[in-house]
This record gives sequence, structure tokens and C-alpha cells, in this order.
Amino acid sequence: MFGKLTLSAIPFDQPIVMITCSVLIVGILAILALITYMHKWTWLWTEWITTVDHKRIGIMYTLLATVMLLRGFSDAIMMRSQQALASSNAHGFLPPEHYDQIFSAHGTIMIFFMAMPFVVGLMNFVVPLQIGARDVAFPVLNSVSFWLTAAGALLINLSLGIGEFARTGWLAYPPLSELPFSPGVGVDYYLWSLQISGVGTLLSGVNLVTTILKMRAPGMRLSMMPIFTWTALASNMLIVAAFPILTATFAMLLLDRYLGMHFFTNDGGGNPMMYINLIWTWGHPEVYILILPPFGVFSEVIATFSRKPLFGYRSMVIATMVITLLAFTTWLHHFFTMGSGADVNGFFGITTMVIAIPTGVKIFNWLFTMYGGRVRFASPVLWTIGFMVTFTIGGMTGVLMAVPPADFVLHNSLFLVAHFHNVIIGGVVFGCFAGFTYWFPKAFGFRLHEGLGKAAFWCWFFGFYLAFMPLYILGFMGMTRRMNHYDDPAWLPYLLFAEGGAVLILIGILLQVTQLVWSIRHRETLRGGAADPWDGRTLEWSTTSPPPAYNFARVPKVSGLDAYWGAKQEVMPASSESFEAIEIPKNSGLGFFMSFFAVIGGFGMIWHIWWMGVLAIIAFIALIAWSSWDENDEFELSAAEVGRLERTQPHVV
Amino acid sequence: MSSNVASLDIPVEGSDEQLSSRQHITGFGFYIYLLSDGILFAALFAVFAVLRTATDGGPDGHMLFSAHNAFIETACLLTSSFTCGIAMLACDRRNKFVALIGFLVTAALGLTFLALEVHEFADLISRGDGPDRSAFLSSFFTLVSTHGLHVTCGLLWLGVLLVQFLGRGFTPAMVRRFLCFSLFWHVLDVVWIGVFTFVYLVGGYL
Repeated sequence: MFGKLTLSAIPFDQPIVMITCSVLIVGILAILALITYMHKWTWLWTEWITTVDHKRIGIMYTLLATVMLLRGFSDAIMMRSQQALASSNAHGFLPPEHYDQIFSAHGTIMIFFMAMPFVVGLMNFVVPLQIGARDVAFPVLNSVSFWLTAAGALLINLSLGIGEFARTGWLAYPPLSELPFSPGVGVDYYLWSLQISGVGTLLSGVNLVTTILKMRAPGMRLSMMPIFTWTALASNMLIVAAFPILTATFAMLLLDRYLGMHFFTNDGGGNPMMYINLIWTWGHPEVYILILPPFGVFSEVIATFSRKPLFGYRSMVIATMVITLLAFTTWLHHFFTMGSGADVNGFFGITTMVIAIPTGVKIFNWLFTMYGGRVRFASPVLWTIGFMVTFTIGGMTGVLMAVPPADFVLHNSLFLVAHFHNVIIGGVVFGCFAGFTYWFPKAFGFRLHEGLGKAAFWCWFFGFYLAFMPLYILGFMGMTRRMNHYDDPAWLPYLLFAEGGAVLILIGILLQVTQLVWSIRHRETLRGGAADPWDGRTLEWSTTSPPPAYNFARVPKVSGLDAYWGAKQEVMPASSESFEAIEIPKNSGLGFFMSFFAVIGGFGMIWHIWWMGVLAIIAFIALIAWSSWDENDEFELSAAEVGRLERTQPHVV
Repeated sequence: MSSNVASLDIPVEGSDEQLSSRQHITGFGFYIYLLSDGILFAALFAVFAVLRTATDGGPDGHMLFSAHNAFIETACLLTSSFTCGIAMLACDRRNKFVALIGFLVTAALGLTFLALEVHEFADLISRGDGPDRSAFLSSFFTLVSTHGLHVTCGLLWLGVLLVQFLGRGFTPAMVRRFLCFSLFWHVLDVVWIGVFTFVYLVGGYL
């Protein structure tokens, strides 16, 4: 009846886990009680849970990412503390089997449930506004995508209190992740939650590619698209091309584990290195899926705050597309030590170094955009400049490791850990925060507190250097990654510095939470010019903040780059056009219900409770058939109603 | 501003003067999805290519595959694509009767295909040559049954569509869904031609 699930699955003997779980349960109950007390359930259901509005879905993605950032960071600071405490004769506070789960969970959560939802959330919110569209191509599918991601996130967090998580590292390499070496449910938690959220991401990629290619405002040719939309297009094309490989790879590992197949096993003719090849043919494009949209954010921010058109728009687009193509040619640099021979390693070393060229083009474009401009040093600009410095360093250590002989020395060392945190924190995370600060007023109608934002930036910036520069040195000193305990006392001072850096980043995060709370409480004082607070250049700033459900009462007509900036330079005659009726997609519970059954089915499969899996499949079929029954998935907002809404919400244009 | 970036202009149908119609957008989006499905199969084909000789002392394709069975399967699926095409032409002309017959024949041929595939699998497993026998058989079963799973989903989809179609006839949503279904069905055919060529012909005979 309940498969492998028994009461002993709950780790009562581990105080750290039990305390965390109790606090989480109390917190969740408190939130539920608050919603009930304030009679907000109907509101929550109609305005958020069943919404198909791309802006709200984008906001929910970002919220999910923020919560997961807190979870992933808790893992991070526990690892830093363990290494700061576990030198020589001391053994720290985390036993090895727990420590291994923590570093696996940290990587998995930060990439799949923090960085991805944050980037997808920004794209979801901004792209339709930037191209003058009223929604994405498939609004209901968009809601399904979000809720599947949320289902994956819930499932992976269930592993905290029920059972265990994988101890295999964030990519679950076989043969360690195969049944003989990982007999528990940890790897199954990993695989099922990522399968579910991966399908969500793939569908979201299909949706946004279609939206960008087919739903741009009249007159907006590809060559007039804002750079963020270009990078979103590139990122989503990579999602469509790369995520099926991930799905196939995880499916094969699942078949190995559940049906005794031999794809990646040591026996039966299996080939573990094939998994590593496959996972990185997804994994390397994934790096660019994550970094390209932040590149777009920095481009928008730096042009807006320098009050200049972006320098070298055309070269920026070409560089983005070159990176998109090259993304699929470098995967082998993740395992030069596999022993493919000098020719193969040489080829992949060179393709890896070649990627530095278009990236360098971008860096110079941003620098030249600032040159001669009147740069306002608002917090999005600080994140951008912090990125340019940090990412360049991270890029150079990457090119260093692209040299196969050097990689043989540095492979699996803390040098590698420092490198990828250097580019992910310095690139993706800084980019997400820049975009968050930049578009926050568009989403909510008020700005974030500037001083706290700047303070948070400096904590993150110096915290990053303090936490990760020592790791480069430790890598040279021979310290490998994922160590629970070490004998060499010479490493300790560096790890203490790194711990200090993590604490500084923690202060930065606390400042960001404070900033959010303070800004919400004092929002009336932060509303000034919220429709266009930064003197923006692109179409999202031409509508109200927050935008109406239909985004634009009149679909904008575009005749060049920086469409809104161009419009602001001309004296616009007061518009006397009458409004037109607008078709608006109806709310849909499909995403939420699918997510509900995805959690049930995933949980059932993890614990070998087969009837739950079967139930989920039947429910999926029934839900999709049911939702296709009603063909009228849109309702019409009449012209008079649009006019009334527009008069009550003062528009800028 | 647009003059200095003119060489980047790739005209996209429908984006310039009017917003694209919903059918056009849906068809395009579904096409993108099908591309991603193609990549899923590409990964499985690549794995099959790597593991083709990893028989672990067990039987290889030459000993196992029946060209006879695979040929009938291929004939069923190719014919079903043809009847699906006829049904779509009937949809264009709003001919409800021919469309219905066309889709029903498509479904019948699809079911025959599935029955033959299940029979082949059952036969192999009963002889002890199931997917857990060797890496080669794991990749064979996974590649072929992933295609079969797609056919199953297609049949379920078609069943729901036909029930709706009987009730409401050629609504715009109906036509749009049939269009997507036929795209899906044709792509499955293309994938099967790959399976037939690389698994049954190359793997079984060459």
C-alpha cells in the first residue's frame, strides 16, 4: 500500500533536520492561518493560482526563486561552516552522509529552482511587454509550466523531512547514482523532481520562442527587438534544443534504477561515461540558458542609465547568436580527464576558448555604452558594473581551465568551484538582482529603497570576493571539492576567510529582505513616476505600472530601435483614437491541478507506491481532456470597459 | 536607426502589418514542440548507436529482429499517415464524413501498429531477451517503446478529438487541433522511418 514508505523515513534522530522541518511547518501553518484569517483564499485562487496573465506568472516564478535562494543559501553556509570547523582533528557538525546530501541539494536547488525560475520569471514578465504583445502565445500552457516547476520544487524540498536526498552531487553521475551504490530514495527524489520541472521549463521555452517570433507589435522587425528580448529568444531556443536531452538522460537513469536496464551500469554492457556526455550536452547549453538573459538585463540597464542607445546593437545580437550556436560545441570540457585523447580534448579546448570572443565583444559594448554617457549610479548600475568586473575574472579563469593540461591539474578542485561560482554569482545572480530592481517598479508600481539596495550590493560584492578568492588559492594548494573533513591545517585560514565571505553575503541577503519589507510598507513614498521611473527606452515603460491585464490598450506601432525612447522625443498629439474590444484569456486551474497530481505521482514513484503513479497518469489524461472541452478560453473586454479602465489608470503616453 | 541593421532583417510572416492569427501561432508553437521531440529521439538514437554492440554476451540485432514484423508495422504506420492526410484534406473542405472515416482508419492502423509492437516485445521478453538483458536491449526497448508511447498518446488524443468532433463539427478550435494532431502523426512517421532504417535494417541485417 505504501511501498517503501514507513515512519522510519522521517529522520527523527537528526536534530538539525528536525528543527528545520518544525520551523518550516510552523511557518507554513502560520501563513495558511493568516490567509484564512484575512479571508484571502478566493482572492488567492482567482488572482494568482489560476491566473494565466504572464506578468503574474512571472512574479510567481520570481517569488519561487527567491524562496529557493534562501533554501540554497542555507545549504551553502552550512557547508562553509562545516569546512571552517572540520580541520585536522575536529570533525565539524555535519556527518558525511548529511554533508553529501547538502552539497547535492545546494547545487540542484540553486541551478534548477533558483537560477532557472528567476531567469524564466524575468523573461515571462518582461518579454511580452517589450514586444508590445498582450500576453504570451499560450497563456494556459504558461501557467502549466510554472506549476510544474513549483511541483518539482515542492518535491525536492519534501526530501528534507521524508527520506533523504541524493548524495551524488548535483548531476548524479553514475555508477554512484545507480541502484547498487545509491539504494535509497535520494536519487529518485532528484530524478523525479527534475523530470517534472524540466517538462515545465521545456514548455515554457516553446511558449516564449513562439511569442517572440510570432507576436511582436506591428512594425517591430527582429532587428528592432530590445536586446533583452533577443537574449530571451536565444535562451529559449537553447531550452527547446537542450532540455529534451536532459529528459531522455534522466529517463534512462530512471529505467536503470526501476526496471533493471543497463544504460549506465557497470555490468550488462552499460556505459557510465555516456551519461556524463549526455548530461553535459544539456548542461553546457544550460550555462548559456542561464547567462544570456542576464546579459540582456545588463544591456537594458546600462543603456537606460547611460541615457544612450546601446553601443553596437548589431554586434551584440551577433555575439548572442554566436554564443547560442557555440553552446553546443563545448560540452566535453567538463571532463577532459575522461581520456578522449589529445585531439578530442584539443578540439573542445579551442571551441571553449572561442566562446570568450563573443563574450568579450559584449563586455566592450557595455563599456563603450557607458563611455561618453551620463551614467546614473543607481543600484541596477552597481550590479552591472560589479558584474563586468567579476564576470571578466571568472571568464579568464574559465579560459585557463579550457587548456586541457591545466584542467588535468585543476579538475575537481576548489579552483573549479571558485570559477563557476565566479561566473554564476557574478553573472547570473547579479543579473537577476539588477533585473529585479530595474523592473520591480513596473511590476508593482513603486520603486525599491535605493540605499538598502546599494548596501546589499556591496555586501554581496565583497562577500563574493571574500568567499571565493580563497577557493582559487585552495584549488592550487590541492584541495578537492566536496570535502567533509581534511587533514591539512594550512587550508584552514583560507576556509575561515571563505566563511567570513558567506556571512557577508548573508548580511546582503538580510538587507535585501529588509529592503523589500521597508519598500512595501513605505510604498506610497516610492511611487513617484513609477510608470517610467528610470526614463526607459523600451516599450514596457510606455504602459502603466503595474500594467493592465491586457498590457496595452492600443497595440503600439513600432518603427525603430528603442521604440519608447523614440516616441518620447516627439510631441505626441493627444490620442483621440477610440478603444477597441480586447480578447482576454480566461483563468484556468489546469496548471494547479496538474501540479497537484505531478506531486502525487512523483512522490508515489519515489517511494514505489505504484497506485499513486497510476492515479497521476489517469488524472493527467482526464485533466487535459477536460480542459480541452471548453473551446471558449477567452472572454471579451468591451471597448467601453477598456476606456473606463484606461481613464481610471492614468497612462503616460 | 533601422538602416544600419538592415542585414539582420529576417521577415517573419504576419509580424509586420497584422498580428498573426491564432491558428498560425498554434501551428508554429506546436512545430517548435515537435522539434524538441525530435531532439529527444535524437538522444535515444545516439544512445542506441553507442550501445548497439554492447550485448554483454547476449543476442544482437541479427539474431532477434524479424524484418517481416517490422515491415508490416512500417506499412501500417505509413498508410495511417496517408489516411490522416486525406482526413486533413477533408477538414479543409469541411467534409465531415470523409474526415471521420479518414481519422477512424488512421486510428485503426495505429492500433494495429501498437498491437504488433507489443507482440514483438512480449515475444522477446518471454524468451529472456528483455530490456534488462544487456545495454543493447535496454537501448532498443527504450528507443522503440518511446516511439510506441508517442503513438499511444496520439491515439488517446485522437479519440478525445473524435468524440468532440462528433458533437460540435468544424469549429475553429477543432480544425486547429486536428492540424496539430496531423503534424504530430506525420512526425511520428518520420521518426519510425529512422527506427526502421537504423534499428531493424542496419541493426538487423547489415
